[in-house]
Amino acid sequence: MVTLRKPKEEMKYILATDVGSTTTKARFFKKMENGEWRYIISGEAPTTVEAPFEDVTLGVRNAVREVEELTGHKLLSENGIITPAKDHEGVDLYVTTSSAGGGLQMLTVGLIKTMTAESAERAALGAGAIVMDTLAIDDERPIHEKIERIRNLRPDMILLAGGTDGGTVKHVMEMAELIVSARPTARFGRGYKLPIVYAGNKDAQEQIKHLMRDKFALEIVDNIRPQLEVENCGPARDAIHRCFMEHVMSHAPGYDKLMKWTDVPIMPTPAAEGMMIQLVSKIYKENVLGVGLGGATTNVYSVYDGKFVRTVSANLGMSYSICNVLKETGIENIMRWLPFNIDPYEVINRLRNKMTRPTAIPQTLKNLVIEHAVAREALRLAFAHHKYLAKPLRGVRLAEKDRDIGSMFERRLYEETYIDMLNIGWLVGTGGLLSHAPRRVQAALILIDGFQVEGVTKLAQDSVFMMPHLGVLSTVHPKAAIEIFEKDCLVHLGTCIAPRGELTQKDIGVVMSVNIKMPDGTKIEEDLPPGTIKAIPLKKSERAEIEIIPQKGFDVGAGPGHRLQTTVEGGVVGIILDTRGRPLTLPSEDEERIEKLREWFRNLNVYPESVYEEDGL
Amino acid sequence: MSQAYTPGLKRKELYLVTKTRRLPIPGEVLVKKGDRVSIDTIVARAKIPGDPNIVNVAGILGVDPNEIEKYMVKKIGDNVKKGEPIARYRAFFGLIKSDCLSPVDGTIESISGITGRVIIREPPVPIELDAYIPGKVIDIIPNEGVVIQTPAAFIQGAFGVGGETHGEIMMMSKKTEDILTAEQITSECKDKILVTGSLVTAEALKKAVEMGVKGVVVGGIMDKDLSEFLGYTIGVAITGHEKIGLTIVATEGFGAMRMLEKTFKILQKHEGEIACINGATQIRAGVIRPEVIIPITSSDKITTSLETDRDLFTGGLKPGTLVRIIQEPYFGQIGKVYSLPPELQFIETESKVRVVEVELEDGRRVIVPRANVEIIEE
Repeated sequence: MVTLRKPKEEMKYILATDVGSTTTKARFFKKMENGEWRYIISGEAPTTVEAPFEDVTLGVRNAVREVEELTGHKLLSENGIITPAKDHEGVDLYVTTSSAGGGLQMLTVGLIKTMTAESAERAALGAGAIVMDTLAIDDERPIHEKIERIRNLRPDMILLAGGTDGGTVKHVMEMAELIVSARPTARFGRGYKLPIVYAGNKDAQEQIKHLMRDKFALEIVDNIRPQLEVENCGPARDAIHRCFMEHVMSHAPGYDKLMKWTDVPIMPTPAAEGMMIQLVSKIYKENVLGVGLGGATTNVYSVYDGKFVRTVSANLGMSYSICNVLKETGIENIMRWLPFNIDPYEVINRLRNKMTRPTAIPQTLKNLVIEHAVAREALRLAFAHHKYLAKPLRGVRLAEKDRDIGSMFERRLYEETYIDMLNIGWLVGTGGLLSHAPRRVQAALILIDGFQVEGVTKLAQDSVFMMPHLGVLSTVHPKAAIEIFEKDCLVHLGTCIAPRGELTQKDIGVVMSVNIKMPDGTKIEEDLPPGTIKAIPLKKSERAEIEIIPQKGFDVGAGPGHRLQTTVEGGVVGIILDTRGRPLTLPSEDEERIEKLREWFRNLNVYPESVYEEDGL
Repeated sequence: MSQAYTPGLKRKELYLVTKTRRLPIPGEVLVKKGDRVSIDTIVARAKIPGDPNIVNVAGILGVDPNEIEKYMVKKIGDNVKKGEPIARYRAFFGLIKSDCLSPVDGTIESISGITGRVIIREPPVPIELDAYIPGKVIDIIPNEGVVIQTPAAFIQGAFGVGGETHGEIMMMSKKTEDILTAEQITSECKDKILVTGSLVTAEALKKAVEMGVKGVVVGGIMDKDLSEFLGYTIGVAITGHEKIGLTIVATEGFGAMRMLEKTFKILQKHEGEIACINGATQIRAGVIRPEVIIPITSSDKITTSLETDRDLFTGGLKPGTLVRIIQEPYFGQIGKVYSLPPELQFIETESKVRVVEVELEDGRRVIVPRANVEIIEE
């Protein structure tokens, strides 16, 4: 139970920080005269978790000092953040999230790769962890390889799951023995026991205690898969958060001090970010996809038919991990998004230099476009990772009807994600690159291309990167968090309408027709040919009635070739009509591809004209 | 205001280098505080637990897991030899028999009546930790390691591959723009740390390995050449573990990049002396940069003005500060801070950022984001 220094109703100032892997970001909030909470200002400074500083509070102080300088409101004392507020001094609440030092890095262990091991992975990811590896009995690695892996990984924590309640205990004990025999050591702090959360067959709890209690900081919680058809990640997720605070954070440099400054427990950044994506779904009552495109990692969130899934792609990011995106996708896939000719080796060297100097920002337009190209690929890869885990629980009906003819069909079903892009109402982006894109339309198009949205999808982004701050704030002061989120955080970009269907038939004249009734009563009629994208301005908070008539073979949500009547919302960009085909394929010939990209970018006014000039950097 | 710039890579003619040498697991420290150590001095050692071998005794004997205790001929703590029976099953007056043999030399660590498996731990593997640099032991971390200090010329690179090594510095070029090619590498380069200007080719690296070169220090490296030499593409910037026959330190970055004049001169000055180098780079979660340490053994060169790492945060950009620009359009260029406009300014990308005005070596004054300059520590 959190004890606040002041009743919520009496609070006037709130400070929130996010200690990121590169930058510590402070956000300052104030209750206005009318009683409404608003965002006031930001302060940022390099994170100081590493040598030579090895004390995160130094970076926090520097970021907060910037807020002090910009507002004239004194926030710091020798002992940390001044609380509670008095006149023009201090804050009533201080909260923080953290992903510094690589975030929470976990090893997950289960029995069957596609069942308990996958559930364990989902639970760890759901808690905001980076999953370094997942071990299972059937992962095709010999025992000695598994042991070597456990010994080399040095995770912050292990989650062990396996077996249904009442089932055999032998197999989960085998995996436990494997962990014990490997004698894993933790990443931070040499003199403490590695935390292990056991969330497997409850019948094995006593034996697990006997085997592991002396060697590890063991926490036993309810089974993650008590029955084959039930996944129960909550208790494991809560235990991970507890262990994160008690064992991991308290050993990270400076966190012992920071923990004393904060009013509520420090939360992993992805966990807080995920809370806000869930809030979007709750507010708008629609399925939501969210993405946090960071420097080191990319986090993807989905709230689909009430089910929340979070994935953290550890090595897909825009600074530290930029070259891993390059490695994973290949230079050709990055080059395909560039609307100018440039030597691929030159692009690689530039990305390598970004990797070695991750805090540098693009100064030339061409470098900005190159980073945007990488961002599209990072999103594509991270979403593929997400879809791999956003799948129906496997092993449920298969076990019952394994011998049915229909089981082959079922099996295929379980291989596919349940996320149907036609049913996604919102796509929300956050993270430095998206929030700092010089033109909002750039972020909109990166999101559209990276996720290949289909049907009618509303797009939004985090204005100045404060979703994690608001996520942790919402745990203690939901009213303030929601007010700031709606007024200052969520930037409505507009609505994208993109029919599903491939542009394979050469003779298609029109992919879809739209009849739009604008808020002022004017009518717009458009016949969209294949391979085009354009925007119709429609301001934020404005709505327009739209009739969409896709051609045969194209679907906007009402079925292939079926008309859809709906209302769309506006935003900074407006209504984006996209008939470039899904999946989106770019021309294979360089000249044709560049021509097409330029046409699309010009239609939406994505970049200044000078980017297309052949000379220059 | 906060420090909106990238802390620079160190290029020091004289610097008090402090190295913490730590065992991966607790062990025994072999030196005392105040001792002088050389590069090869073993400062600590430990025994890493041997690999565990899991033997499915119940499966091999064909008995229930909860019965294996009674068939074990070895108990927990017993030493066993490879091929020696650890469990034995006999039935029908010995007509049916089967033995479970140890697959390795080791010790019985556990016998599980639940899984029916036995863990045999192989003998511990001794590991030794050397000093890496010569110097004085200034601190002992009980059971873990030591802290060694030495005055040295110290150069941090931008990126490297390969682990700790040492050798005599051999200058392979006279100018900072020179390229090291395979033809230049002869048998005379054996055991040396080769220093060149702006680039080294993949062929030169391969030849260097053939000739027994210990390391290459160079201004830049083409990604294409590095990937060809390594045989794979680097994804995440965590290096140092590569077993490639030599260590590479790129002082400036990727592409053809002239080595900073100052760096080149430091290396030139110490030609023929021993350098300790490490290519290990970790940009994420704890910045580790590749390094070249040239220990200065003569005590009369040591002054009291030796710097320590803690000075980093007190410094910052000010007019006159020497900087390197780390993004296009002026990537790699050196200049001095001319002014620090306080207001945010638009740059070509249309972003509004905090900027710095830099006077380049050719006299031009350019505006760049503060995030895009790296301080060259003098």
